[in-house]
Amino acid sequence: MSEHTEHSSSLGTYILIWIALLAGTVLTVFAAHINLGPFNAAVALTIATTKALLVALFFMHIRGASEKLLKLVVISTVFFLIILLALSMADYGTRGLRAW
Amino acid sequence: MADSSVAVHSEEHNPALLHHFTEPQQQRDAASLGMWIFLATEVMFFGGLFCAYLIYRLKYFGEFAAASQTLSWKLGMTNTIVLICSSLTVVLAVWASQHAKRALLLGSLALTILLGFGFLGIKTIEYREKFENHHVPGPSFSFDEKVPGHPDLKANPYHAQIYFSLYFVMTGLHALHMIIGIGFFVWLLVAAWKGRFTPEYNTPLEMGGLYWHFVDIVWIYLFPLLYLIDLRK
Repeated sequence: MSEHTEHSSSLGTYILIWIALLAGTVLTVFAAHINLGPFNAAVALTIATTKALLVALFFMHIRGASEKLLKLVVISTVFFLIILLALSMADYGTRGLRAW
Repeated sequence: MADSSVAVHSEEHNPALLHHFTEPQQQRDAASLGMWIFLATEVMFFGGLFCAYLIYRLKYFGEFAAASQTLSWKLGMTNTIVLICSSLTVVLAVWASQHAKRALLLGSLALTILLGFGFLGIKTIEYREKFENHHVPGPSFSFDEKVPGHPDLKANPYHAQIYFSLYFVMTGLHALHMIIGIGFFVWLLVAAWKGRFTPEYNTPLEMGGLYWHFVDIVWIYLFPLLYLIDLRK
Protein backbone atom coordinates (compact mmCIF):
# COMPACT_ATOMS: atom_id res chain seq x y z
CA MET A 1 0.00 0.00 0.00
CA SER A 2 2.93 2.35 0.63
CA GLU A 3 3.61 2.27 -3.11
CA HIS A 4 0.33 4.08 -3.62
CA THR A 5 1.08 7.05 -1.44
CA GLU A 6 4.16 8.01 -3.44
CA HIS A 7 2.01 8.16 -6.58
CA SER A 8 -0.64 10.44 -5.15
CA SER A 9 -0.36 13.83 -3.53
CA SER A 10 -2.70 15.19 -0.91
CA LEU A 11 -5.95 16.90 -1.83
CA GLY A 12 -4.62 20.17 -0.41
CA THR A 13 -1.74 20.17 -2.91
CA TYR A 14 -4.16 19.63 -5.80
CA ILE A 15 -6.36 22.56 -4.72
CA LEU A 16 -3.29 24.80 -4.31
CA ILE A 17 -2.01 23.92 -7.80
CA TRP A 18 -5.52 24.52 -9.21
CA ILE A 19 -5.62 28.01 -7.62
CA ALA A 20 -2.10 28.74 -8.95
CA LEU A 21 -3.19 27.71 -12.47
CA LEU A 22 -6.27 29.96 -12.31
CA ALA A 23 -4.10 32.84 -11.02
CA GLY A 24 -1.64 32.24 -13.87
CA THR A 25 -4.49 32.45 -16.40
CA VAL A 26 -5.71 35.79 -15.02
CA LEU A 27 -2.12 37.04 -14.82
CA THR A 28 -1.36 36.17 -18.45
CA VAL A 29 -4.48 38.07 -19.65
CA PHE A 30 -3.58 41.02 -17.41
CA ALA A 31 0.05 41.09 -18.63
CA ALA A 32 -1.10 41.00 -22.28
CA HIS A 33 -2.92 44.30 -21.76
CA ILE A 34 0.15 46.15 -20.45
CA ASN A 35 2.69 47.53 -22.90
CA LEU A 36 5.95 45.70 -22.21
CA GLY A 37 7.31 46.16 -25.72
CA PRO A 38 8.96 43.02 -27.09
CA PHE A 39 8.77 41.41 -23.64
CA ASN A 40 5.02 40.75 -23.89
CA ALA A 41 5.61 37.47 -25.74
CA ALA A 42 8.38 36.46 -23.31
CA VAL A 43 6.14 37.08 -20.28
CA ALA A 44 3.24 35.14 -21.86
CA LEU A 45 5.48 32.15 -22.67
CA THR A 46 7.09 32.20 -19.20
CA ILE A 47 3.68 32.09 -17.50
CA ALA A 48 2.49 29.34 -19.89
CA THR A 49 5.63 27.25 -19.22
CA THR A 50 5.23 27.70 -15.45
CA LYS A 51 1.61 26.51 -15.70
CA ALA A 52 2.62 23.55 -17.89
CA LEU A 53 5.34 22.61 -15.36
CA LEU A 54 2.83 22.75 -12.48
CA VAL A 55 0.44 20.46 -14.39
CA ALA A 56 3.24 18.03 -15.36
CA LEU A 57 4.94 17.90 -11.94
CA PHE A 58 1.89 17.71 -9.68
CA PHE A 59 -1.13 16.58 -11.75
CA MET A 60 0.84 14.15 -13.93
CA HIS A 61 2.95 13.10 -10.91
CA ILE A 62 6.39 13.45 -12.46
CA ARG A 63 7.59 14.83 -9.13
CA GLY A 64 6.78 11.62 -7.28
CA ALA A 65 7.80 9.25 -10.09
CA SER A 66 10.22 6.61 -8.86
CA GLU A 67 11.11 5.19 -12.27
CA LYS A 68 14.24 6.68 -13.82
CA LEU A 69 13.28 5.38 -17.27
CA LEU A 70 10.10 7.48 -17.15
CA LYS A 71 12.07 10.61 -16.26
CA LEU A 72 14.44 9.86 -19.15
CA VAL A 73 11.48 9.76 -21.58
CA VAL A 74 10.13 13.08 -20.26
CA ILE A 75 13.50 14.83 -20.37
CA SER A 76 14.31 13.57 -23.88
CA THR A 77 10.86 14.70 -25.09
CA VAL A 78 11.57 18.24 -23.91
CA PHE A 79 15.11 18.02 -25.32
CA PHE A 80 13.95 17.05 -28.82
CA LEU A 81 11.19 19.67 -28.77
CA ILE A 82 13.80 22.32 -27.93
CA ILE A 83 16.01 21.07 -30.80
CA LEU A 84 13.02 21.39 -33.17
CA LEU A 85 12.06 24.89 -32.07
CA ALA A 86 15.47 26.40 -31.26
CA LEU A 87 17.25 25.29 -34.43
CA SER A 88 14.31 26.35 -36.64
CA MET A 89 14.20 29.74 -34.95
CA ALA A 90 18.00 30.10 -35.17
CA ASP A 91 17.51 29.76 -38.95
CA TYR A 92 14.33 31.74 -39.68
CA GLY A 93 14.91 34.26 -36.88
CA THR A 94 18.23 35.39 -38.31
CA ARG A 95 17.32 35.43 -42.02
CA GLY A 96 16.25 39.09 -41.71
CA LEU A 97 19.84 40.00 -40.96
CA ARG A 98 20.64 39.84 -44.67
CA ALA A 99 18.60 39.71 -47.85
CA TRP A 100 16.87 36.34 -48.48
CA MET B 1 -19.99 -2.23 0.45
CA ALA B 2 -17.81 -4.39 -1.81
CA ASP B 3 -14.63 -3.08 -0.16
CA SER B 4 -14.08 -5.91 2.31
CA SER B 5 -14.64 -8.67 -0.24
CA VAL B 6 -12.19 -7.04 -2.68
CA ALA B 7 -9.53 -6.71 0.02
CA VAL B 8 -9.88 -10.37 0.99
CA HIS B 9 -9.77 -11.44 -2.64
CA SER B 10 -6.55 -9.56 -3.41
CA GLU B 11 -4.82 -11.34 -0.54
CA GLU B 12 -4.92 -14.62 -2.44
CA HIS B 13 -4.75 -13.50 -6.06
CA ASN B 14 -5.11 -10.06 -7.67
CA PRO B 15 -7.47 -10.51 -10.65
CA ALA B 16 -6.19 -7.26 -12.20
CA LEU B 17 -2.57 -8.51 -12.33
CA LEU B 18 -1.80 -9.92 -15.78
CA HIS B 19 0.19 -13.13 -15.81
CA HIS B 20 3.28 -11.70 -17.53
CA PHE B 21 3.91 -9.21 -14.69
CA THR B 22 5.41 -10.28 -11.39
CA GLU B 23 3.77 -7.58 -9.24
CA PRO B 24 1.17 -4.76 -9.58
CA GLN B 25 3.85 -2.06 -9.28
CA GLN B 26 5.70 -3.45 -12.32
CA GLN B 27 2.46 -3.59 -14.30
CA ARG B 28 1.65 0.02 -13.40
CA ASP B 29 5.17 1.24 -14.29
CA ALA B 30 4.97 -0.50 -17.69
CA ALA B 31 1.62 1.14 -18.48
CA SER B 32 2.80 4.58 -17.41
CA LEU B 33 6.05 4.29 -19.40
CA GLY B 34 4.09 3.32 -22.52
CA MET B 35 1.71 6.24 -22.01
CA TRP B 36 4.59 8.70 -21.63
CA ILE B 37 6.22 7.43 -24.83
CA PHE B 38 2.87 7.99 -26.59
CA LEU B 39 2.71 11.50 -25.11
CA ALA B 40 6.27 12.12 -26.39
CA THR B 41 5.04 11.43 -29.94
CA GLU B 42 2.11 13.79 -29.30
CA VAL B 43 4.47 16.53 -28.11
CA MET B 44 6.49 16.24 -31.33
CA PHE B 45 3.24 16.15 -33.37
CA PHE B 46 1.97 19.43 -31.88
CA GLY B 47 5.57 20.74 -31.76
CA GLY B 48 5.73 20.81 -35.57
CA LEU B 49 2.59 22.97 -35.66
CA PHE B 50 3.94 25.31 -32.98
CA CYS B 51 7.15 25.59 -35.02
CA ALA B 52 5.18 26.55 -38.17
CA TYR B 53 3.21 29.05 -36.07
CA LEU B 54 6.40 30.67 -34.71
CA ILE B 55 7.99 30.99 -38.16
CA TYR B 56 4.95 32.71 -39.71
CA ARG B 57 4.34 34.85 -36.64
CA LEU B 58 7.92 36.10 -36.90
CA LYS B 59 7.47 36.85 -40.62
CA TYR B 60 3.95 38.37 -40.59
CA PHE B 61 3.70 39.72 -37.05
CA GLY B 62 1.41 42.66 -37.95
CA GLU B 63 -1.17 40.45 -39.66
CA PHE B 64 -0.97 37.86 -36.88
CA ALA B 65 -1.72 40.60 -34.32
CA ALA B 66 -4.60 41.98 -36.44
CA ALA B 67 -6.11 38.51 -36.97
CA SER B 68 -5.59 37.52 -33.32
CA GLN B 69 -7.54 40.59 -32.18
CA THR B 70 -10.65 39.49 -34.07
CA LEU B 71 -10.79 36.60 -31.56
CA SER B 72 -12.51 37.06 -28.21
CA TRP B 73 -9.91 36.71 -25.43
CA LYS B 74 -12.82 36.49 -22.97
CA LEU B 75 -14.07 33.26 -24.60
CA GLY B 76 -10.47 31.99 -24.76
CA MET B 77 -9.94 32.74 -21.07
CA THR B 78 -13.24 31.07 -20.15
CA ASN B 79 -12.17 27.95 -22.02
CA THR B 80 -8.77 27.99 -20.29
CA ILE B 81 -10.51 28.11 -16.90
CA VAL B 82 -12.91 25.32 -17.97
CA LEU B 83 -9.95 23.09 -18.91
CA ILE B 84 -8.02 23.86 -15.71
CA CYS B 85 -11.10 22.96 -13.64
CA SER B 86 -11.47 19.72 -15.63
CA SER B 87 -7.83 18.88 -14.86
CA LEU B 88 -8.65 19.28 -11.17
CA THR B 89 -11.66 16.97 -11.44
CA VAL B 90 -9.41 14.41 -13.19
CA VAL B 91 -6.86 14.35 -10.34
CA LEU B 92 -9.77 14.17 -7.90
CA ALA B 93 -11.09 11.12 -9.77
CA VAL B 94 -7.70 9.36 -9.56
CA TRP B 95 -7.39 10.28 -5.88
CA ALA B 96 -10.92 9.06 -5.19
CA SER B 97 -10.22 5.66 -6.75
CA GLN B 98 -6.99 5.35 -4.73
CA HIS B 99 -8.93 6.03 -1.54
CA ALA B 100 -12.01 3.95 -2.52
CA LYS B 101 -14.42 6.91 -2.50
CA ARG B 102 -17.04 5.81 -5.02
CA ALA B 103 -19.31 8.89 -4.94
CA LEU B 104 -16.39 11.30 -5.43
CA LEU B 105 -14.97 9.10 -8.23
CA LEU B 106 -18.25 8.98 -10.19
CA GLY B 107 -18.96 12.67 -9.55
CA SER B 108 -15.50 13.79 -10.68
CA LEU B 109 -15.64 11.69 -13.85
CA ALA B 110 -19.12 13.02 -14.73
CA LEU B 111 -17.99 16.60 -14.06
CA THR B 112 -14.88 16.08 -16.24
CA ILE B 113 -17.07 14.93 -19.15
CA LEU B 114 -19.44 17.87 -18.58
CA LEU B 115 -16.54 20.38 -18.56
CA GLY B 116 -15.17 18.76 -21.71
CA PHE B 117 -18.50 19.33 -23.47
CA GLY B 118 -18.54 22.89 -22.08
CA PHE B 119 -15.17 23.53 -23.70
CA LEU B 120 -16.36 22.14 -27.05
CA GLY B 121 -19.56 24.21 -26.79
CA ILE B 122 -17.65 27.46 -26.38
CA LYS B 123 -15.32 26.40 -29.21
CA THR B 124 -18.41 25.87 -31.42
CA ILE B 125 -19.60 29.43 -30.69
CA GLU B 126 -16.16 30.71 -31.72
CA TYR B 127 -16.02 28.63 -34.91
CA ARG B 128 -19.53 29.78 -35.87
CA GLU B 129 -18.41 33.39 -35.54
CA LYS B 130 -15.46 32.71 -37.87
CA PHE B 131 -17.81 31.30 -40.51
CA GLU B 132 -20.14 34.30 -40.20
CA ASN B 133 -17.25 36.78 -40.53
CA HIS B 134 -15.69 34.93 -43.51
CA HIS B 135 -12.57 34.26 -41.45
CA VAL B 136 -12.39 30.60 -42.53
CA PRO B 137 -9.52 30.05 -45.00
CA GLY B 138 -10.80 29.29 -48.50
CA PRO B 139 -12.45 30.98 -51.49
CA SER B 140 -14.85 33.07 -49.36
CA PHE B 141 -12.13 34.32 -47.01
CA SER B 142 -12.12 38.06 -46.50
CA PHE B 143 -10.17 40.14 -44.02
CA ASP B 144 -10.43 43.92 -43.79
CA GLU B 145 -8.56 45.07 -40.70
CA LYS B 146 -5.78 47.52 -39.92
CA VAL B 147 -2.44 46.39 -38.45
CA PRO B 148 -2.59 47.20 -34.71
CA GLY B 149 -0.51 50.25 -33.87
CA HIS B 150 -0.46 51.35 -37.54
CA PRO B 151 -3.86 53.04 -38.24
CA ASP B 152 -2.98 53.70 -41.91
CA LEU B 153 -1.61 50.22 -42.69
CA LYS B 154 -4.07 47.62 -44.01
CA ALA B 155 -3.34 44.01 -43.04
CA ASN B 156 -2.53 41.72 -45.97
CA PRO B 157 -5.47 39.23 -46.18
CA TYR B 158 -3.21 36.49 -47.57
CA HIS B 159 -0.99 36.68 -44.53
CA ALA B 160 -3.99 36.85 -42.19
CA GLN B 161 -5.28 33.71 -43.91
CA ILE B 162 -2.11 31.88 -42.80
CA TYR B 163 -2.92 32.83 -39.20
CA PHE B 164 -6.47 31.49 -39.53
CA SER B 165 -5.23 28.29 -41.21
CA LEU B 166 -2.92 27.67 -38.25
CA TYR B 167 -5.73 28.66 -35.87
CA PHE B 168 -8.13 26.09 -37.33
CA VAL B 169 -5.57 23.30 -37.62
CA MET B 170 -4.20 23.77 -34.10
CA THR B 171 -7.50 24.33 -32.27
CA GLY B 172 -9.20 21.73 -34.50
CA LEU B 173 -6.64 19.04 -33.65
CA HIS B 174 -6.86 20.08 -30.01
CA ALA B 175 -10.67 19.78 -30.15
CA LEU B 176 -10.29 16.33 -31.77
CA HIS B 177 -8.11 15.32 -28.82
CA MET B 178 -10.82 16.64 -26.49
CA ILE B 179 -13.47 14.53 -28.26
CA ILE B 180 -11.30 11.40 -27.96
CA GLY B 181 -10.64 12.30 -24.32
CA ILE B 182 -14.36 12.66 -23.58
CA GLY B 183 -15.01 9.29 -25.24
CA PHE B 184 -12.32 7.69 -23.05
CA PHE B 185 -13.76 9.29 -19.92
CA VAL B 186 -17.27 8.06 -20.75
CA TRP B 187 -15.76 4.56 -20.86
CA LEU B 188 -13.97 5.21 -17.54
CA LEU B 189 -17.26 6.40 -16.00
CA VAL B 190 -19.05 3.23 -17.08
CA ALA B 191 -16.18 1.06 -15.79
CA ALA B 192 -16.14 2.98 -12.49
CA TRP B 193 -19.92 2.59 -12.21
CA LYS B 194 -19.47 -1.19 -12.55
CA GLY B 195 -16.88 -1.04 -9.76
CA ARG B 196 -13.89 -2.06 -11.86
CA PHE B 197 -11.48 0.31 -10.09
CA THR B 198 -10.11 -0.36 -6.63
CA PRO B 199 -7.29 1.21 -4.60
CA GLU B 200 -5.18 -1.74 -5.91
CA TYR B 201 -6.10 -1.30 -9.55
CA ASN B 202 -6.81 2.10 -11.15
CA THR B 203 -4.28 2.21 -14.00
CA PRO B 204 -6.85 3.16 -16.73
CA LEU B 205 -7.86 6.19 -14.63
CA GLU B 206 -4.24 7.28 -14.25
CA MET B 207 -3.56 6.84 -18.00
CA GLY B 208 -6.73 8.74 -18.94
CA GLY B 209 -5.60 11.44 -16.53
CA LEU B 210 -2.16 11.71 -18.16
CA TYR B 211 -3.82 12.13 -21.58
CA TRP B 212 -6.29 14.73 -20.31
CA HIS B 213 -3.54 16.78 -18.62
CA PHE B 214 -1.46 16.69 -21.80
CA VAL B 215 -4.39 18.11 -23.79
CA ASP B 216 -4.74 20.77 -21.08
CA ILE B 217 -1.04 21.70 -21.44
CA VAL B 218 -1.44 22.12 -25.21
CA TRP B 219 -4.28 24.58 -24.59
CA ILE B 220 -2.21 26.42 -21.94
CA TYR B 221 0.18 27.30 -24.80
CA LEU B 222 -2.47 27.81 -27.49
CA PHE B 223 -4.37 30.41 -25.45
CA PRO B 224 -1.68 33.13 -25.15
CA LEU B 225 -0.21 32.34 -28.58
CA LEU B 226 -3.51 32.60 -30.50
CA TYR B 227 -5.63 35.01 -28.45
CA LEU B 228 -3.23 37.45 -26.83
CA ILE B 229 -0.98 38.84 -29.61
CA ASP B 230 -0.12 42.52 -29.17
CA LEU B 231 -3.33 43.38 -27.27
CA ARG B 232 -1.86 46.58 -25.77
CA LYS B 233 -2.30 48.56 -28.98
